[in-house]
Amino acid sequence: MTPLPDTLAAEDADLVSAVDALVARHGSARGELLPLLQDLLADRGEISDLAVQVVADRLGIAPTEVQGVVTFYKFLGTGPRGRHMIRLCHTLSCVMAGARDVATTLETELAIPVGATTPDGAVTLEWANCIGMCATPPALLADAEAFGDLTPERVREIVAAVRAADVPG
Amino acid sequence: MIIRTPLTLASVHPDIGLRVALARTPADVVEQVTRSGIRGRGGAGFPTGLKWRLASEAPAPDGRRHVVCNADEGEPGTFKDRALLSVVPDLVVEGMTIAAWAIGATSGVVYLRGEYVYLRDELESCLARRRAAGLLGNDILGTPGFCFDIHIRLGSGAYVCGEETALLESLEGRRGEPRNRFPYPVVRGLYQAPTIVNNVETLAWVPAVLARGADWFLGIGTPGSSGPKLLSVSGDVARPGVYEFPFGVTVRAVLEASGGEDARAVVVGGASGVCVPASDFSRGISYEDLCTGGAIIVLGPHRDLLDVAENFLEFFVDESCGQCTPCRLGNPVLLEGVRSLKRGECGPERLGELRRLGHTMKDASKCGLGQSSPNFFLSLVDRFGPEISDRVPV
Amino acid sequence: MITLVPPAAKTPTTAPGPGGATVRAVIDGREVEVVIGTTILDAAGTCGVRIPTLCHHPDLPDAGVCRMCVVEVEGQRTLQPSCVFPITRDLEIHTHTPRVAAARRDIIDLLLGEHYGDCRTCARNGSCELQDLAAEYGLDRYRFGERTEPLFVRDDSGPSIVFDPDKCIQCLRCVRTCAELQGVRALGIAGRGAGVHVTTFADLPLGSEFCINCGQCVNRCPTGALTAVDVTDRVRAALDDPGKHVVIQTAPAPRAALGEEFGLAPGTPVTWQLTTALHELGFDKVFDTTFAADLTIIEEGVELIQRLHRALVQGAPDVALPMFTSCSPGWVKFLEHAFPDDLPHLSSCKSPQQMFGALIKTWYAERNGLDPADVVSVALMPCVAKKFEASRPEMTDSGYADVDLVLTARELARMLRRQGIDLPSEPPGDFDDPFGTATGSGVIFGATGGVMEAALRTVLEMVTGAPVENLYDHADITPVRGFDDVRLVELTIPDAVGPVPSIIAHLIPDWDWLRGVTLRVAVAHGTATARRVIDDIHAGGPFSTCHFIEFMACPGGCLGGGGQPIPTSLEIRRARARAIYAEDAAYGAAGLARKSHENPAVQRLYAELLTDGPGGATSHRLLHTGYTARGTFVPTDRRE
Repeated sequence: MTPLPDTLAAEDADLVSAVDALVARHGSARGELLPLLQDLLADRGEISDLAVQVVADRLGIAPTEVQGVVTFYKFLGTGPRGRHMIRLCHTLSCVMAGARDVATTLETELAIPVGATTPDGAVTLEWANCIGMCATPPALLADAEAFGDLTPERVREIVAAVRAADVPG
Repeated sequence: MIIRTPLTLASVHPDIGLRVALARTPADVVEQVTRSGIRGRGGAGFPTGLKWRLASEAPAPDGRRHVVCNADEGEPGTFKDRALLSVVPDLVVEGMTIAAWAIGATSGVVYLRGEYVYLRDELESCLARRRAAGLLGNDILGTPGFCFDIHIRLGSGAYVCGEETALLESLEGRRGEPRNRFPYPVVRGLYQAPTIVNNVETLAWVPAVLARGADWFLGIGTPGSSGPKLLSVSGDVARPGVYEFPFGVTVRAVLEASGGEDARAVVVGGASGVCVPASDFSRGISYEDLCTGGAIIVLGPHRDLLDVAENFLEFFVDESCGQCTPCRLGNPVLLEGVRSLKRGECGPERLGELRRLGHTMKDASKCGLGQSSPNFFLSLVDRFGPEISDRVPV
Repeated sequence: MITLVPPAAKTPTTAPGPGGATVRAVIDGREVEVVIGTTILDAAGTCGVRIPTLCHHPDLPDAGVCRMCVVEVEGQRTLQPSCVFPITRDLEIHTHTPRVAAARRDIIDLLLGEHYGDCRTCARNGSCELQDLAAEYGLDRYRFGERTEPLFVRDDSGPSIVFDPDKCIQCLRCVRTCAELQGVRALGIAGRGAGVHVTTFADLPLGSEFCINCGQCVNRCPTGALTAVDVTDRVRAALDDPGKHVVIQTAPAPRAALGEEFGLAPGTPVTWQLTTALHELGFDKVFDTTFAADLTIIEEGVELIQRLHRALVQGAPDVALPMFTSCSPGWVKFLEHAFPDDLPHLSSCKSPQQMFGALIKTWYAERNGLDPADVVSVALMPCVAKKFEASRPEMTDSGYADVDLVLTARELARMLRRQGIDLPSEPPGDFDDPFGTATGSGVIFGATGGVMEAALRTVLEMVTGAPVENLYDHADITPVRGFDDVRLVELTIPDAVGPVPSIIAHLIPDWDWLRGVTLRVAVAHGTATARRVIDDIHAGGPFSTCHFIEFMACPGGCLGGGGQPIPTSLEIRRARARAIYAEDAAYGAAGLARKSHENPAVQRLYAELLTDGPGGATSHRLLHTGYTARGTFVPTDRRE
């Protein structure tokens, strides 16, 4: 693969060194692509077009291949997202237990529709498919934590906790 | 975690099964697993012993074989693997270790769905504990030359990766697109090496089978479906949660145990399963009757079955990998068909076309996802005739 | 033949049985004996059962995704895709049951619902595989929906390829072509579920990506999603403009293939009918690109000799060897992107098309009292990358665009049909002077190995001073011919060398340094193969000690070019090669020149224009060029 042009170094040195650090940790085998992208997203908050190219370059594969992987997995994806992810389960048991009402509460609390990110970049709200919390519906994932038996009150607490933990970047 | 019945697995003493296995030859272990009749508990029901035998016999040019634990529990309405990984992670890892001995594997992977990321730390400590205790790593339990270790890989939000070849693609850093059927993973799996992919629950039962013997396992369940089965029960029931029953348990018995006696219908098998009407509640849950990985979603008297079908088809439109024509394009058509039924705009001729399309999807899709995605819709059309025809304009 | 790292493509779905053991398949009642591991599709082909396909292509590893080829297989619960189902035991198969027919019809119906575009205005109207299948299965309406709005932006901004994703049915032939045959991966898959679509990196126009414009994707697209830029209207307008002097040069490969557009069997040459037809279309002059091919051989052959002399005699450490050929514009752009550090290996010679263009706008215009501004230089090519090449800013050494418009073989066929010209029934005609005379060497440029063979014929004769026939019967240097991905050949120069020909005597004092030297040359086609060869060179493998390597971007060379008639397959490319080598042999039979340096028109050019000889100042001004290190990085707006 061709080294990235020198002109990038100044402006995007941060990103390049972040990728290089991840490559140093995971290795540059193709099989490490998912863990690498997962960590990159956690570190940077998004997988940009430039990031796709840097990763492709370091792993010796084509940008279209990295892009194909990034756009395949729901928890990856291109474009900016919030520093925190709230994923509300949209599958049957949760919907039967009132997930749509929970969505309304979340939309009110965050003042954004499902699928959007708060203007301050703190929280992205999206629907998720079954998160395995069907015994305590409705349920959501807030970053890496699962919450069930949601009520409007509980939802407000969760949102407050997420906001309290947020460090604006 | 809501576990509603005592779990047999909670009473299985750790590492007896592994010690029993290591005292036997790998071929004997395969034989024992085969004789127990245990079949894949993810839903497909492939005989576990046969899978292991094929992998152990397949040539491994560079000496590598792999054991993969499928912890990508994504079927809507299923959460029993989450329970097992929380409550008895050691048994799952022990099962993988026994499998490694049986097929001659040196490496194992737990493919944990991204939604269960909060289980990772606990699992890592479990692995670390076992390494320290000589239950993983080199010369396990003092068995010279038996070296096996496991690492955890996290999924990233893709239901289809629960399909074993899609899972392998994902492990290799690719889009989770199922492979063509031949060769099977037992012959050429992860990085072309013979690989077994087993469900969490299947692996968890293995130590028990070794410790208590194949006959014990065979004595539970039905002739074609031996052993106990964990069910994830949710929906319109008083007591949702994880239940253990012997295979063959009737739908009615499950409803009685969970407080869902007034159900009008039950979804057996999650989004890829079928809709069972009340008249069939005496049917049993087993590979030979109502086959499921364990998802039981109960639908109360006030539920509109078309809402359920719509929810499931939305799920499949979103979760299809998009490779093959019938699944990629058929699911959106079925979804639109269900919506038109709800609107009262789907005439009998159209309904016939949709039904035939469903059969094409079952018949011609590349993997189990596409082949099962029309199941619920077809079971509605076939088993709830009057209800559907009420919605069809004359 | 040297074996490289095996290509990723075409992994058999199962290993063949030991010793080629066979099993018996009964397909629709016809019994057939096949080697274990043969797919149902291939087995059906051997017994005359036709199974419809879409994502299958004979050049590509099978994907098994369209599901058109499903059949009923005894003992299988579901229908099975015949393209990826290996027969490993005696088996009964039914390919046309009602169940199969219903599934296929549903699949076509679904694809029609995904496909958006107007058949009537589509370049593939009449040659679209989806359209054909819809007709075959009697589709009379859009059962599963008809799209009324485009979802994507059609990209017609590039010089060579038009990409209309709305017509794409995700068969992934283009993606597999770009990856497996070409090693480029400009096209990939993105999204999932119903949102799966073929696209470029960051959805950018192909022209701004690492795309080499080879058009192999165009040749394999079953629909009109990938087509070549069409300039037929612009050519027509030039022809209709009385103030313009319009000339056309025609490359050898289209002549071996154009007949296919008019119902002739692949491999039926139409060279002499074509010259008549082009005159009828209204071209003022019809020239033969093989003239420039011969010129290329002289220039490139001398460049090779000079590089060898500097390296072997003068011991210059900076000479880039092996030297790479530079006549395939797809290959050149591939190297510029993928291996920019290796550009010094590329011959500085322009391609024949561009050499010819520079001469038309200078020497030819001047000799004929034409204002170059009024000359329109058209090229008929087997290639879509030639469109890009003509647009390169480097290609204006005449003071004008050296070549104004490039027509592919397919475009020319359209122009002829539009004019009511039936090519096969045209009377034979001749090429025009002053470039009329060609040689057999120029003709074989159209096949992989042809440039190498032509160069060797000339270099060997220059060095030995004796006919190359002394070394190779009929001057057929067969070791460099064929369709193996890559051929490495060693030729030892005899001890008896000749005098240095006067045309290069000022460059090389004698040939003594080449006595008994073993020349190592190689031929590679398809840029995926090229990538493996370059990797081998970097790794110090057998190709690193070569002196000269011919690279062609397209599988088969120009005869398999991205501008050639559709469809393509190895069988079709072999047939076209037979036509090309037959034309070369015919030059010999007719007593005409078969070696580039014997071309009298080329000799006259050196006497009249290129008086400082091959590689001289005039040559360098008009016939040589430089390259651009492009790399793989693509600037995008979507940054962090």
